Amino acid sequence: MRLFSRTFPHARMLLLLVLAQLAMGSKVSAQIPITTAEDHRDGLQAFVGATLLPISGPPIESGVLLVEDGRIKAVGSVDTIPIPAEAFVHDVAGKVIMPGLVCTHSHVGGIGAADRSGPIQPGVRVFDSLNVRDSGFRRALAGGLTTLNVMPGSGHLIGGQTIYLKLRYAQGLPSTIDELMYLDDTGNPLGGLKMANGTNPQSDPPFPGTRGRSAFLVREQFIKAREYQEKINQANGDPSKMPPRDLDLESLVEAMQGRRIVHHHTHRHDDIMTVLRLSREFGFPVVLHHVSDGWQVADEIAAAGAPCSVILIDSPGGKLEARNLSMGTGGVLERAGARVAFHTDDWITDSRLFLRMAALGVRGGMSREKALEAVTLAGAEMLGLQDRIGSLEVGKDADFVVLSGDPLSVYTKIEQTWVEGEMAFHRERDADHLYAVGGFGATHDQEPYFCCFGIGLEANQ
Amino acid sequence: MSRVPRYALLVLLCLLGSRTVDAQIAIRAQRAYPVSHEMIEDAVVLVNDGKIQAIGTADTIEIPADYETLEVAVLTPGLIDAHSVVGLAGMLNQEQDQDQLDPTESIQPQLSAVDAYNPHDELVDWLRELGVTTLHTGHAPGALVSGQTMVVHTNGNTVEQAMLLPARAVAVTLAEAGRRSGKESPGTRGKAVAMLRERLVAAREYLDKQAGDEESRPARDLELETWGKVLNRELAILVTCDRAQDIASALRLADEFKLDLWLDSAAEAYLLIDEIKQAGVPVIVHASMARAVGERENLTFENAAKLRDAGIPIAIQSGYEAYVPKTRVVLFEGAIAAANGLGFDRALEAITLGPARILGLDDEIGSLEVGKRADLAFYDGDPFEYTTHCIGTMIDGRIVSRTVR
Repeated sequence: MRLFSRTFPHARMLLLLVLAQLAMGSKVSAQIPITTAEDHRDGLQAFVGATLLPISGPPIESGVLLVEDGRIKAVGSVDTIPIPAEAFVHDVAGKVIMPGLVCTHSHVGGIGAADRSGPIQPGVRVFDSLNVRDSGFRRALAGGLTTLNVMPGSGHLIGGQTIYLKLRYAQGLPSTIDELMYLDDTGNPLGGLKMANGTNPQSDPPFPGTRGRSAFLVREQFIKAREYQEKINQANGDPSKMPPRDLDLESLVEAMQGRRIVHHHTHRHDDIMTVLRLSREFGFPVVLHHVSDGWQVADEIAAAGAPCSVILIDSPGGKLEARNLSMGTGGVLERAGARVAFHTDDWITDSRLFLRMAALGVRGGMSREKALEAVTLAGAEMLGLQDRIGSLEVGKDADFVVLSGDPLSVYTKIEQTWVEGEMAFHRERDADHLYAVGGFGATHDQEPYFCCFGIGLEANQ
Repeated sequence: MSRVPRYALLVLLCLLGSRTVDAQIAIRAQRAYPVSHEMIEDAVVLVNDGKIQAIGTADTIEIPADYETLEVAVLTPGLIDAHSVVGLAGMLNQEQDQDQLDPTESIQPQLSAVDAYNPHDELVDWLRELGVTTLHTGHAPGALVSGQTMVVHTNGNTVEQAMLLPARAVAVTLAEAGRRSGKESPGTRGKAVAMLRERLVAAREYLDKQAGDEESRPARDLELETWGKVLNRELAILVTCDRAQDIASALRLADEFKLDLWLDSAAEAYLLIDEIKQAGVPVIVHASMARAVGERENLTFENAAKLRDAGIPIAIQSGYEAYVPKTRVVLFEGAIAAANGLGFDRALEAITLGPARILGLDDEIGSLEVGKRADLAFYDGDPFEYTTHCIGTMIDGRIVSRTVR
């Protein structure tokens, strides 16, 4: 079976390639300024001379990126964007700048959401378990990640609520995980709902023993949630007619109302189809995660309009459901017209090497453009955060990465990671270098408690 | 580097599909990396009777008229995985395909890898299609002494056809993974070393008695016989350890019994560079992308570079994985090391000639030199670039993969 079909680069890709190679080839003329605490400036900053990869548009050679108050103020070439006299200028000639990477599926921070008591626990929030001091967050920054969807494990049909985090480590260690959260207009933390099917959530009772029972248990719960919602609707604001508050059902109602995206672990082709069926039946928005067999049902996924968050692994197998895993999945889905993002599933793959996955996607037949989108804008869309992050566009959060060259080259280094206009990682700083390459004390963490699928690592995928 | 010749190669590979071992083939490469020598631009390699017949620049080597010619962008020696469990730890990760570790006893050096190797496991295909032509594989870390390792080619219908060396090392684990629970030994680091010393002392006595009078010779004991080969340095002792104190224990043990020690994994080896160098032992470094968890919490992408900078012989391994990915790939692991201080040439050496030297097979494999086995890997660009493909593999002069990976 040939999974690596060849694609010929079209003009736009060629341009990107050429620009990236130009960037790689040019000598670095200026030292990177090592920003200190006093450089956490509120004022206008200009990043001048880099090749910009806005993702939302074509690459810009000799670019100017203006940043103010944590937002992007202007993006363009030196010919079109005047640099205001009051701006603090960062000379980034010879570098490549792209948006901060978005991981749609991470387990850093010591996740522990649903427990062994049952397979369906939508009221549990993963952020109540997270350790903001976990080195995983700093390693993610070293990999250029600025936004994570931190998820419960896959050992449950419904494993709890996920949390969308912005890695705000620029001004030192945050005190609590709350400081990293994305909030909605009413101040509530933004996150999705983790679901899983296939073998991971199957276990001894009360967990399901088969795929059929798995789907039944989920369906039963969503029907309850729908009835709960109807009672609320019928109460029409009258407190005496309201049903008793149910945190589990509330979470499912949020999903059915489209306010909480379902992030669904699913590997096998038939499990993927089951997710699409349940999503259609109950109307919840869903992102398919892992999607190992996605290349076998790509047209069906595309027809359903279901976005896919894909993981690529260095070899197939390791578990039965991943036996047909392919580096070609991203390319097949792209050609079928499905939206594709990648995720680290950290610790399954290392956040510091997230760009490698985009490159492996290209190796497997994706276009360069879509592969870079898959670690930025496509991921942002799958979290519903596309208006705030994922591309270098005016008004978006100033989350970006400064690279030494082509983002898809093994030899390229992530030199700096900026979050909301502040530098949160610089490879030349000793502490950051330790996170970037590892070494003694780099990962000295408190032991997380994983549940409920074998050893810790196995909880993740 | 041009990516055009790939298509030419594919056509030719298809034409060659039915040819036999004795094919005479000329490979013309835009870049050939002999590893033993400097890179050759516009190179020609002649392959005859399964061996490398000639190598040099195109203007110095005349291609005989009856040779098939392949054109590739980049050519390297076939890759050698310095420590794998592929063929024993099967792809599916189900009970029936996991033969890398028998849990019944702590010390079983007599278990032969030959009796467990499955040459049809799909991970063997996967590695071969990514340029790996030789595996040092066998029993996994996880028991104090789990069994033997061997060296195989990544082709062959039977283990006998794949085999290069039926036994090469005894696999020892000096780490948490080698401990037993409850009242079973070893339960501590000290006990683990004590048990090893006890078996080596017993084996010394066994050897002495075997050499004595016929009537006083002890009954044959496969375990002690294997230890005897370790004492005689016929077999190396592959000690998987990550923490510095376990590395030190392995060095102490090797010094006491004059063993042919290979340090394996050795995440904290960078903390003991002087000691390792003085002991003169090689390090088969953990996969570059191994997870920094448990006793490997202090590993670094730069471990291989730091050891090599000090002049310590190294090789890079794929290692044992309990879950996903079930095997890593030395092509990918070498790439990360190359980008983290080791550099291209030394990283390529760490997955070719470096392991060939450690395995004692450097007169046969590991570099592009006249007379060596024609084990080759072909690529459409820099082998370490993520977006480059391995486009073909040759073992003993025969094309064994045409897959573009």
